Amino acid sequence: MICKESPSPVVSRRKFLLGSAMAGSAGLAAGGLAVPAWARGESLTHARQGFGEVSGDRIALTIERHHVTVGGHKGHAVAVNGSVPGPLLRLREGQDLRIDVTNRLDEDSSIHWHGLLLPFQFDGVPGVSFPGIKPGETFTYEFPIRQSGTYWWHSHSGLQEQAGHYGPIVIESATPDPRYDRDYVVLLSEFSAMHPHEIARKLKVGEHYFNYQMQTATDGDMPADERLMWGGMRMNPRDISDVTGSTYTFLVNGHGPMDGLEYLFTPGERVRLRVINGSAMTFFNVRIPGVPMTVIAADGMDVAPVEVDEFQIGVAETYDVIVAPPAGSHALVAEAMDRSGMGLASLTSSAGTRAAPPPLREPVTLTMADMGMGAMDGGHGGAMKQDAHGGMNHAGMDHASMGHGAMSRGASASTPAMNHGSTDHGGMDHSMRDTSSLPRDVKVGPGLDMVAPMPMDRMDYPGLGLDTVDYRVLRYTDLRAARANPHRMPTRQLEIHLTGNMERYMWSFDGRKFSAVNDDPIRFAYDERVRVKLVNDTMMAHPIHLHGHFFELVNGAGMMNQPLKHTVVVQPGSTATFDVTANEPGDWAFHCHLLYHMHAGMMQTVTVRPFPAPEDEA
Amino acid sequence: MSARTAIAAPVILPLLLSAAQLAAQGHAADHGQDNSGHTMPDHSAHQQQEQAPEPDQPMAGHDGHARMDHSGHAAAPKAGAMPMDHSAHQTGELPSGSPPPAAFEGPLYAADAIFGAATMAQARETNRATHGDMKTGTLMAERLEARIADGHDAFLWDVQGWYGGDIDKFVLKSEGEGAFGGGRGGSGGGVEDAEIQALWGHAIGPWFDLQAGARLDLEPETRSHLVLGVQGLAPYMFHVDAAAFLSDRGDLTARIEGEYDYKLTQRLILQPRAELELAAQDLPERESGSGLTKLETGLRLRYELAREFAPYVGVGYEAKLGETADLARAAGEDPDGLALLLGLRAWF
Repeated sequence: MICKESPSPVVSRRKFLLGSAMAGSAGLAAGGLAVPAWARGESLTHARQGFGEVSGDRIALTIERHHVTVGGHKGHAVAVNGSVPGPLLRLREGQDLRIDVTNRLDEDSSIHWHGLLLPFQFDGVPGVSFPGIKPGETFTYEFPIRQSGTYWWHSHSGLQEQAGHYGPIVIESATPDPRYDRDYVVLLSEFSAMHPHEIARKLKVGEHYFNYQMQTATDGDMPADERLMWGGMRMNPRDISDVTGSTYTFLVNGHGPMDGLEYLFTPGERVRLRVINGSAMTFFNVRIPGVPMTVIAADGMDVAPVEVDEFQIGVAETYDVIVAPPAGSHALVAEAMDRSGMGLASLTSSAGTRAAPPPLREPVTLTMADMGMGAMDGGHGGAMKQDAHGGMNHAGMDHASMGHGAMSRGASASTPAMNHGSTDHGGMDHSMRDTSSLPRDVKVGPGLDMVAPMPMDRMDYPGLGLDTVDYRVLRYTDLRAARANPHRMPTRQLEIHLTGNMERYMWSFDGRKFSAVNDDPIRFAYDERVRVKLVNDTMMAHPIHLHGHFFELVNGAGMMNQPLKHTVVVQPGSTATFDVTANEPGDWAFHCHLLYHMHAGMMQTVTVRPFPAPEDEA
Repeated sequence: MSARTAIAAPVILPLLLSAAQLAAQGHAADHGQDNSGHTMPDHSAHQQQEQAPEPDQPMAGHDGHARMDHSGHAAAPKAGAMPMDHSAHQTGELPSGSPPPAAFEGPLYAADAIFGAATMAQARETNRATHGDMKTGTLMAERLEARIADGHDAFLWDVQGWYGGDIDKFVLKSEGEGAFGGGRGGSGGGVEDAEIQALWGHAIGPWFDLQAGARLDLEPETRSHLVLGVQGLAPYMFHVDAAAFLSDRGDLTARIEGEYDYKLTQRLILQPRAELELAAQDLPERESGSGLTKLETGLRLRYELAREFAPYVGVGYEAKLGETADLARAAGEDPDGLALLLGLRAWF
C-alpha cells in the first residue's frame, strides 16, 4: 500500500490520488504486522498490495518473484518494483521515454505497453517484436509518447500476467484537461492462490473445474427441452467464464473486496475514474449504485460523453468515466460477468465509511443468440416468425445437411433469423457445426466444435446479463469518437473466424493455433485500410486485441466518428467489424486477451510491410 | 484371426461401427466441406459467390496464400443483407482477396533485422510452446470401490491417465477387481481380474479420440491384446468409451461403456453407468460364450468435496448374458447379482 508517495492529498484542484492511497490501510497494515511475515514462515519477499507511482523521462522497473496474500490466501506473485499490481506509470504526452526493465526471475519475461503507439521493437511481445528479456538481463525500451489517456502494461511471457505482472499507465494530455477535479485509477484484476500453470492444466483436463454455477436439477430455470437441446450439442449454457470466483478473488488496485479500499472525494467534485480491466480472464460489470457515470474515453481515446448507470468492461479494455457523487459512501462494484464474485471499493466523502455492497446478482445463462442462432431479443430487428421457414420441418431439421445458404446467406429468403421463443428445439441437436459455411481458409478439425449458423453483428449488445436491466448500460453503438477521424474508405475486407473447442480447451483464429501459424502472418500493406470482420464461432465472448494500432469500430457512428479502440469484445456467436489503417510498420501481436485462450493458441501475428516503411510516409 | 472369429465378427463390428459413427457425427460435415454447396439446391446463392471471378493474383515467389483468399466467402454476407450488418450499410462491395503486393515485401520477420535471426528464431520456438503447444496430463481414478454383495464382497479399480497435447496423447488405463480376503464365498480373496492398457490417443473430431495400442491382462492369466477404440463425449453429454480387443490367441472381444453426470446440485452428482461386453467366439478358459457376454450397470451418487475428490455410494447390477450366463448356471453360479457400492472418484 502506497500512501504518501502521491502529492499532498488536499488543495490542488486536480490532484492525483492513487486508488489505494487512503484505503483501510491502517487495518490492513495492522493485520499484516501483528505477526511478522517471517514469523509465519513466509517468504521475506512479500509483495506489497497496491502500487506506487513512477514518472519522468527515465524509469526503472524490476521484475521479481514474490509472494502475495489476499484475504488470507497466499499465492505466487511476479511483482514489479515489489508490488502487485506493479507501479503506475505516469507519463506526459510528448515526452521521450526510456524504461529499463530488469528481469530477476529465473525465466524469460517481458513488458508490453498495452495501447501505446510505438516502434514495434519496443512493443514487448517475445518472439514477435523482440526476443524477450532473459533472466538477469535489462532491456531498455525507448520511445516517444504520442498520445494521452488511460492504458496499462503487462507481461507477455507465459502466464506471468496472472501472477501480478501488470500495472496502470496514465498519460496526461499536452493541453490541460478541465473535465474533472480528481483523478483515480480503478485497476480491476484477479488473485488466485492457485498457480497459473495449474489453472491452465485444470482447464485442459476439463470437468468445468471452476464452474459452480452450472444448471442442475435444482438450479436454473431453463425448460427441460432446451436443456436437452444444449446437451445435444454438447454445450453448456452456463459456460460464461472459464475461471471463476471459485478460485479468484477479484481485486481493485490489488485489494480484495474485504480490504476496504476507499476513494475519497469532496461533494461537488467531478471525479475521473480510469477503469482498467487488467484481469487475465474476467469481464466485469461496473456500477456505482445511485451514481451515474459519464463515459468520456474508451481504450484511452476520447469519446463523446455518454451517461450510463452500468457498463461491462472486457478484459484489457479501459473506460474513463466522470462521476459527481453526492455526499456519502458509495459502493464501486466490479461484478464478474458470471456473477461468481465482485471487486469492491468505496467512493466516499468521509474517510473510514464503507459503503454496503449490493448482493451478487443471479447467474446468467447463454441464449440462442449466443450460439449464433440469430436474434432473440428483437434488438436487432431480425426476429422472424417460424413460418418464414416455409416448408422446413423445424423439429427435425438437420443443419448439417441443410443448405446453409438458405439460413444465413438468405440471398432470396427473407430476414435471416428465427423465432426461438416457442420452437421445439428437440430435433436441432448436433447441427451447430455446419462447416460448409466457413471460408476455405478456416481449418476444420478437432479444434473447432461449433460454427455459428447465423452470426449477427451485436455492437448494440451491452454484454451478457446487462441486456435485461432497466437502466442505462453502455453499448458499443453508444461510442462516438470525440475527434473526427479522417474519412477514408477501406480498400479490402478480411474475415477472421474465432474458433474453439470448449471440451478440449483449444482456442484459435481460423481453426489454427498460433503455434501452427507463426510463420504465416496476417498481412497488411503499409497505409492500407482494411475492414476486418471477426466472426465468433464460439459461445464465449472474446476480447480481441491488436497491438500497436487503434482500429475504428464499425458501430454505425459514421465513418468519421467510429470510436478508436485497441481491444474489441466479440460477443458469443456474433460478429464485430473494425476498420484499421495499417500505418505502423513492423510485426504486431493480434490475440484474444483472455490469458488462457492466448496460451492455448488464440493469437496471430499481423505484419505491416514493407519494413522499414517508405521514408516519405514515415 | 481364427475361423470362429471371422464368423462372429459381424456381431461386433456393427457395434463398433455405430460407436464410431457416433463419434463422427459432428464431423460428417467436414468431409462435405468442399462439395456440399454443389449438392444442395439451397446453395444457389452460395454457389454464385463461389463462381465469382477471384480477384487475388498469385504472388510471385510466394506459396499460394490460401489463407488470404477470402474471395467469395467474405463478400457473401452482402447477399444476405443482414439488418445489423453495418459493413453492408456503410460501404459498398469491398474486395476481399489477397493483400496488395507491398504486404509481401520486406523480411518475413521484422524483428530479425533488429535483434538477429538466430535470437528471434529461438524466441519464436518458445512462443510456439507457450501459445498452443502446451503439453499436459492427468491421472484419474474414476472408480475405486468396494462392492458389497451377498456372499461375495469385492473391490474394483478403474483408473485412467493421459499425457500429451490437444491432438495426440499417451493414454494409460487400468481396470481390475478382486475379492476381499476371507470372503464368505470361501474364495480366499485376491485380485481376480487385472488389466492395463497403453494407448495412443488421436483426436479425430471435436469430441472423440481414436485410441490404439496394447492391453495386457495380468489376471486371471497373462494375455496380451491389440486395442482399437474410440473415447469421447457423445451428444447429450454421454461419456463413451468403446474398444475392440484382439488377443494373442486371435480372440476378438469388445467393450462399450457409457456414463452420464447428472448434477443434482453443484457438488452432488448422480452418475448412471453401463458397460456391455461382447465376444466373437467362445472363451472356455474364461467361462465365456460368444455374443453378448456381460452387462454391468451402476448408479453412483457422488459428492464433490472438491472437483478432484468425490466419495460416492451406489448400487450396481451385473449380469452374465447369453451363452455365458448359461455356462454360469451350468456351473451352479448365479449369473447376475446386485451390489452395494462404496467408493471414491479422485483425480490429480
